[in-house]
Amino acid sequence: MTDILIYITSGFGALFVLLAAIGTLRMPDQYLRISVNTKAATLGVGLLLISAALFFLETSVTTRVLAVIIFIFITAPVGAHLIGRTSYFLGNKLWGKSITDDLKDKYNKSTHELRAHNKEDEKEIGQHNQDEDS
Amino acid sequence: MNVHDFLYYIILPILSISSLLVFVRFFQGPSIVDRVVALDLLITIGIGIIAIYSIINDKPTFLDISLVLALIAFLGTVAFAYYLEKRNKND
Repeated sequence: MTDILIYITSGFGALFVLLAAIGTLRMPDQYLRISVNTKAATLGVGLLLISAALFFLETSVTTRVLAVIIFIFITAPVGAHLIGRTSYFLGNKLWGKSITDDLKDKYNKSTHELRAHNKEDEKEIGQHNQDEDS
Repeated sequence: MNVHDFLYYIILPILSISSLLVFVRFFQGPSIVDRVVALDLLITIGIGIIAIYSIINDKPTFLDISLVLALIAFLGTVAFAYYLEKRNKND
């Protein structure tokens, strides 16, 4: 019974990791590559680690595996967000067939801060920036 | 075909092929962001390979290394993102 579960989890884990690798190679755009990297690879590695926990069936191993899985699940989106933000500031273009760019003209290019939508917010942000300068 | 053979002859080759594919993207990546993402994915695949390797050799001690690798991958990505943004800001 345990063997069947190990077959299933390790098989699907390897499949998702392979899909993530193919996606990293074939996707046309940095942002799509980052998306593939966070979702598919995290799921695949989580399944592979679960297969290790199923094989050993000890408390110490299961605890370690859970720690690794939780750590990856927390850190993967944070790292992806940071690197995607950096990629946007570096001026990397979106794929030609992308439909919307919600952040277009909303970032201040020099200070990397979000611009305000309406006039009142703009005043507040302007005052805030002056306070920082003085 | 027992679990050992299945992992040794099917799962490990699949993981090796996927790490080779990521290496191609690592070498030809048009911008430095692609290389950082590919490096992150390489370390993540390394964690999976360590998990399978510990099953094959029946040594659960190897799983400690995967925790360290996960930490290094996250810190590397954050550091690269931070300094790339700083470099762009100062120009």
